[in-house]
Amino acid sequence: MKNKYEVVIGLEVHSQIKTETKVFCNCSTDFHSQPNTNICPVCTGQPGVLPVLNKKAVELLVKTALALDCSINKKSVFARKQYFYPDLPKNYQISQYELPFAEHGKLNISADGKIKSIGITRIHLEEDAGKLLHEIGSRQLDCSLADYNRTGIPLMEIVSEPDMRSPQEAAAYLTALKNLIEYIETSDCNMEEGKFRCDANISIRPVGQKEFGTKAELKNMNSISGVEEALEYEVQRQIETVENGGKIIQETRTWDPNEKITKSMRSKENAHDYRYFPDPDLVPVNLDDVFIENIKITIPELPEKRKERLIQEYGLPEYDANVIISDKALVNFYEDALNNTAKDAENIPKLIANWLTTELLGKLNNAKLTIKESPVKAEYLGQLVSFISKGTISGKIAKTVFEEMFNTNKDPETIIKEKGLVQISDENEIIKICQEAADESPKAVAEYKSGKERALGAIVGLVMKKSKGKANPQMVNKILADLLK
Amino acid sequence: MEISKKDVDYVASLARLEFNEKDKESLTQQLGSILNYIEKIKEVDTSKIEPTSHGASGENFWREDKVIKSSQKTIDAIFKNAPDKEADFFKVKKVMDTEEE
Repeated sequence: MKNKYEVVIGLEVHSQIKTETKVFCNCSTDFHSQPNTNICPVCTGQPGVLPVLNKKAVELLVKTALALDCSINKKSVFARKQYFYPDLPKNYQISQYELPFAEHGKLNISADGKIKSIGITRIHLEEDAGKLLHEIGSRQLDCSLADYNRTGIPLMEIVSEPDMRSPQEAAAYLTALKNLIEYIETSDCNMEEGKFRCDANISIRPVGQKEFGTKAELKNMNSISGVEEALEYEVQRQIETVENGGKIIQETRTWDPNEKITKSMRSKENAHDYRYFPDPDLVPVNLDDVFIENIKITIPELPEKRKERLIQEYGLPEYDANVIISDKALVNFYEDALNNTAKDAENIPKLIANWLTTELLGKLNNAKLTIKESPVKAEYLGQLVSFISKGTISGKIAKTVFEEMFNTNKDPETIIKEKGLVQISDENEIIKICQEAADESPKAVAEYKSGKERALGAIVGLVMKKSKGKANPQMVNKILADLLK
Repeated sequence: MEISKKDVDYVASLARLEFNEKDKESLTQQLGSILNYIEKIKEVDTSKIEPTSHGASGENFWREDKVIKSSQKTIDAIFKNAPDKEADFFKVKKVMDTEEE
């Protein structure tokens, strides 16, 4: 049934631009302030006030747009979008309509192991609305309470083309977009704090049909997995509706994360009529080439490029590279660690990738810490891996050292010295221990000599026990084999 | 261009305004005559002129990203302009999340 239809998805992302102040006034954007303390006559829409544009907000939006391969509209104007709602004290939102700052961009995502390019229709600057409270704790209020701290905070609305063909592609797009924005640091993208929000337009059409089907707009998804779940549900709902002879109506639906369904929002009798017109209080913006060039040079290496470099320069497998570039702090940690390793050691990039993505990330996860809060410094991980690679310690001992590094924040060299964990690679010493172990295991020796190769394990075990795990395992195997010939 | 009473009702509802029948009558006429005036202006050939978005000249009027906190006095004055408050909040009639941002 599902194969009869093609899914068409376009996404609108509102990402809070990382500024100290609001977009048209000097109020703070601090998320944790007491309600209604970051307000002023401008953002509460008092009569006679004049908004003045925050230059930083424009710079960060342009930086994002350039990173998304958009063309920048040098001339840009602000428009008023009019509607009445108590979260909007002016009764209009300052946004952009005909001339947004940026258009025609793209973002590459990985879908089904292939690279797919998703078009970006436009990016415009607008102000956020306030927050409304309808209940305190579990107590429903008979009124609504408005907090205008958020009113006027700068948002960039990033609108995609309807280029996604599955909920998974939509999730991949959001993940890639969030990662890119985190790389260039133009937004915190903290979804719990509402700094990265997504609305989704979704429709279905019979496979092969050119025209789009009627779309529904989905709201109230608070995580990327929530967007994916809501879209999955909506695909099913639309297919079932059509298969049962019904019609999809154009409407806004809200995702209920508890019931895991989308619900129709009571639609007004009239379609929205926002009566956009140019805001007379704000003069047009005209960005010259110097302004744009100065921003261009601040754009760091982007995730896709960085991934290619990890694969080419260090020979990392694509899977490892993907994991590592998924978070800017993680890839920085990786390269810091790598820069602190011995140059002559072998296979270091892959070893560090393994230690980072399995051991360290695992431990951080358990301790509920982020990579930035890691008790193990990047340079120490680099040193540890060098010690393994040079044979100073065995891989097994390294785990003990690592455990200690994680718990005490100490560097590996100190721990190895303090605990006397240096691997024994002195041939004579190992021969001595092996001889002792063989003498103490006549039964195993006899078995081994009669052809049971597995019996060697018991003797190796004894050598390790005697050396407190410090004997170089490759040497032990070789020496025992020689001794028992 | 003709303007009907229905148009007036619609615009009034968008602006949250209410009028009696007599006022609606005269508004219908007045709005109609304004629109006729616009129709007349539209006869001028503007094909070679850039659309004007602003009456005032100038561009790129912006400010640095520096916080200036409102004084408590200013915040108190803003609250005084509001119909009602509760604790640190502006109190409004109960609304449900039915309208989009």
